[in-house]
Parts: sequence; C-alpha cells; structure tokens
Amino acid sequence: MNIIIMQMFGGLSLFTILLLMAIGLAIVFGLMGVINMAHGELMAMGAYITYLVALFFQHYVPSLLDTYIIPAIICAFLVTFAFGYFLERSFIRFFYDRPLDTLLATWGLSLILQQLYRTIFGAQEVSVPLPGWLDGAWQPVAGMQFSLNRIFIIGLTVLVTVGIYMLLYRTRWGLKVRAVTQNRAMSGAVGINTNKVDALTFALGSGLAGIAGSVFTMIGSTNPGTGQLYIVDTFIVVVFGGVQSLVGTVLSAFTIAQSQTTLEYVTSGSMAKVAILLLVICVLYFRPQGLFASKVRR
Amino acid sequence: MGRYRDINEGLAYLLLGVFLVFILPAMLDPYQLSLFSKYISMAFVAIGIVLMWGYGGILSLGQGVFFGIGGYLIAMFLKMEASAPEIPEFMVWSSMQALPVWWVPFKSFTLTVIGVFLIPAVLAFVFSYAIFRKRISGVYLAIITLALALALSVWIIGSQGQTGGSNGITDFTTLLGMDILEDEAKEILYFVQLGLLLLVMLIASFIIRTRLGKILIAIRDHEDRVRFSGYNTALIKAFVFTVAAVLSSVGGAMYTLQVGLIAPSVVGVMASVEMVIYAAVGGRLSVPGAVVGALLIGYARSYLSENFPESWLFFLGAVFILVVVAMPKGLAGLAEQIMARTTSKESSL
Repeated sequence: MNIIIMQMFGGLSLFTILLLMAIGLAIVFGLMGVINMAHGELMAMGAYITYLVALFFQHYVPSLLDTYIIPAIICAFLVTFAFGYFLERSFIRFFYDRPLDTLLATWGLSLILQQLYRTIFGAQEVSVPLPGWLDGAWQPVAGMQFSLNRIFIIGLTVLVTVGIYMLLYRTRWGLKVRAVTQNRAMSGAVGINTNKVDALTFALGSGLAGIAGSVFTMIGSTNPGTGQLYIVDTFIVVVFGGVQSLVGTVLSAFTIAQSQTTLEYVTSGSMAKVAILLLVICVLYFRPQGLFASKVRR
Repeated sequence: MGRYRDINEGLAYLLLGVFLVFILPAMLDPYQLSLFSKYISMAFVAIGIVLMWGYGGILSLGQGVFFGIGGYLIAMFLKMEASAPEIPEFMVWSSMQALPVWWVPFKSFTLTVIGVFLIPAVLAFVFSYAIFRKRISGVYLAIITLALALALSVWIIGSQGQTGGSNGITDFTTLLGMDILEDEAKEILYFVQLGLLLLVMLIASFIIRTRLGKILIAIRDHEDRVRFSGYNTALIKAFVFTVAAVLSSVGGAMYTLQVGLIAPSVVGVMASVEMVIYAAVGGRLSVPGAVVGALLIGYARSYLSENFPESWLFFLGAVFILVVVAMPKGLAGLAEQIMARTTSKESSL
C-alpha cells in the first residue's frame, strides 16, 4: 500500500514537472503554431536567473536567503517574458508561414544560447542552495515520505495552470488570444491588434518556460545543455496531448508521467524512457491529431 | 532554365571531382585526409536529405538513427573480428556471459554488408509508409523522427552490455585482415569511398531528372493535387524516405571504417539535426551542393573547435539562422545566381 502511494506521488511529482515544462510550449506551439526549438534554452535561462538571484541573496542579504526562491521565480518569469517578447518582434514573426524554417532557425538560436551560457557561466553544473523550509520531507505515517520541495512544485504548478486557464478563458485578453488563434484575418477585421497579441502570447509562453527553469533548480543542477535535454520530451507531451488543447496537455503530461514512473519501477530509467517514446509514437500513429484533441474545423 | 541547371550541375561535378580526387590527396597528409574522409561519410547523409527534404519536402530529424544503424552494424562486425574468439571486452565488463543473439549474424562480412543496406531499408519503409498513409507530415513528422533519434540514443547509452553504452564501440583495427588504421589502407578507403560517393551522387541526380523526381516536386508543392491525380503519394514519399535512410546507413558504415569508432553521440538529437544543415548550407536542391555543405561544415567544425573552441556553436547556430533567413537555396543557389548573371551578360552583348 505504502509503495503504491509513494509510487503515485512520484508520478504526480513528475507530472507537475512535465506540465510546467510543457505548458509554455503548449501556448507557443499549440496555440500559435510556432515551433520554438529554443524553448529548452529559455528554461535554462530561467534556471540561470534563479542561480543569479540566489547568488545575489547570498552576497547582499544572507539573512533572507531562505526566501530567495519566490523573487527568483518572479525574476525568471519577467526576464524570459521580456526576452520572448523581444524574440518574437525581432525574429519569430518573420517565419509565421514557414514552420519548418522556424524549426531550423530556432534550433540555430538554441545553439547560440547554449554557447552563451557556457561562455558566461562555464561548462560545469551550477546549483542553488535549497531553502531550509523546503529541505526535508513530510512524514504523515511511518514509512511514507513526501519531500517538501516536490510538494512545493505541485502547488506551484496548480497555481500556474489555474492562472493560465483564468487568463485565457476568463479575461478579455485571453479572448483576443483565442480569437486570433481561431481566425487571424477575422480578428484583425474586428479591430484586434493581432501583432500585439502574437508578441504577448509568445512572451507569455516564454515566461512560463522561465518559471519551469526556475523550478528545475530545486530538483537538479543546471548546465548549458540542460535545455537540450528537455526539449524533445516537452514537444512530445504537447503533441501527444493534441495541439490547440490545453486540457490535452495536462492529461498528456499526467499519462506520460504516470506510465513512466510505473515503468521505471519495473525496469531501468532509460528503458522506461525508450518505451514511453516508442509508445507515444505508436499512439500518434493511431491518433495523429493527438490523444485529446478537440474537434476543430479547418 | 533546365539546361542552365544541367550545365551548372555538370560544372559543379567537375570542380568537386578534381578537388576530391587530385587536389585533396596531393595537399593533405594522411591524418588530414582521414579527417576529410569523415566529412565525406556525412555527405552521403546530406545527399539523402536533399532528395527527401529538398525535393520531397519531408523534413526528417532522425537521420542519425539510420546513420547509427549502418555505423553500428559495421562496428559490430569489426569488433567481433578484433576480439574473436572471445566476446568483446565491454560485454565482459558488464558481466555478459555470451554474445547477444542479435549480434550473431554480423559475424559474417557478407551478412553485415547486406544488413547495412537491407535493415535500414525495411525499417524506414515500414515506418514511413505507415506514417505517410496516415498523412502525418511537416512538423509532426519532424518531431516524431526526433523522438526516434532520442529513443535510439537513450537505448544505446542505457544498454551498456549490448551496445558499449556511451563509449560506443571502439578498439578495432582490422577489416578482413587488412589494417584499417594504416596510412596506405586509409588512402585506399578514401578512394573507395569517393567512388561510392560518385555513384550515389549520379543515382541521386538521375532520380531527380526522372518522372519520379517531377512527381516528388509536385508532392512537395501540392500533395493533395497529386493524390487527386491518382498517384499513391504515401508510397512515393516512403520510397524517397527509404532511399535517404539507406544513404544515411551507408554513410554511417563509412564513418565507422574511417574514424575507427562509433558512439551514440552521432546518433542522437544534436547530430541528427546537424545533418539537415549540411544539405541546407550546400543547397537543399543540389546534389553536389550537399556534398560541399557536408565538407564545409565538417571542416569548419574541426578547424573552429581546434583553434577557437568557444566559437564553434556560435558559428553553427549562426549558419542555421543565416541559411534560413538569407539563402534558402544555400551555396548552390548562390552559385546559380552568379552563373545566371554572367551568362545573361554574355548573351546580351
């Protein structure tokens, strides 16, 4: 019984991590249709910002070091948001009708960013101190342990997901985003500034990548290649869930995470990963539009 | 215009041939020559990508998978030759008792060579025909093939005992008793590879000029219309995907022979995407262009990572962006423009 609950907690924890990774891409790729291969590097950017904020707290306000994670997450969001905005205006918007070219160009961008991180921060891994109140585990019964930082991540993911949902479905701006996604020409005709909406949507997706990167520092260290490590998984989650469907992304992250942790229990980590990748490809063969695609007219 | 293209391509063949057959072997010492052999093995992959992506419009980011199949098959044969009658030492380190069953057929050289062609052909055809019949294309195909490349490299690294893990398969010196690390043998291998490359280039140029080539272009530009005209577009796309896969596999086999090792780093995501840029730099519509692209990028990689290690990724990243933004037809397109300008000047005189 304990094992099953711990196993489910492991899956839940992986689920929230996958979801945090994927939700930014679900907006950029799913809603806007932009293949941003540099999305992983935006996560790495968030992670490095967190690292810098932690360094800042260590040097100037060591007494508040325990609370650095909150401002760090906010900083990571703001910086990647700004970078995403700049990126869309200066680069991405010229490729909207050439998806495969976008893929190659953003891949080039990701290589440049990787080398930039390597030049600035060095090739070795950097890590941040875990705040004291997140260190340790919650132990409701003997033999069951839930590490606090994972619980924190789960909470944050819920917050972010609900926030995004509210933003997209309960605000005027979200209405504009959905309108532009569904029919760009018509939205323009009724007076929506589609360029502005595009830029802000892309920036929001980038900012979410920043949050994900920031959270990653709590469970692992960061190196210049970190983004590359996650990018394929992130795309797989979004495609598997069915693009254009945020709910699909959530369900897909859940499915993948639970099956991966279950498989990891039976076999080794890398074999589980291979199995998941092949499984996803098989499922996509039968449902190319993704598992949970909403029916849209094209 | 068609004649211009033929003349240009003929000229490119001639220049490339003189450069590879006469100038390079005369100028370079055996070590540098073997480096170039490595780049040439990448040219096979690039030619496949020209056919598949430039003409067929299919962007696969999983060419590393087939490159790896070819490379690993030859490496398995060479490794067993080197360690016979014992099992390869990395298996012993991972406390394997006996040779894995799937290694056994590749004790035979003939079977290995057949395997280099047949295994990627069958896998690529079955996979791609299924995918294309479902009309999965464009970005989704790119992501799925990328996932395949990731899966294969993760599997190789994860199964140390059967594949040599992240070190790959190394430490073999002889091919059928011939020492492949010796200078003379390297030179022979270089020319064998050149001959094979020329053959492949001619086949590719031929395919482009047949009706099949025309249909490929039509599929790239408007697949629905071709389908409505009664062609089985999935089958045609699967065919060109298969050709590209076999070319990758041959390139991989050559790579192992030239470099003397194969590792998962040439199979994975990074390597697979990089292969696309060879074709893009040279010109995604030009067979000789693809070869030039592979040579140039390969050379730039060695030169930059030796002299300015920091700059290599900046350079490669910039090349990706530059090709997309400024020269979608690559170097070949540039050359064609220059040729067209000079010839039109001559005719107007």
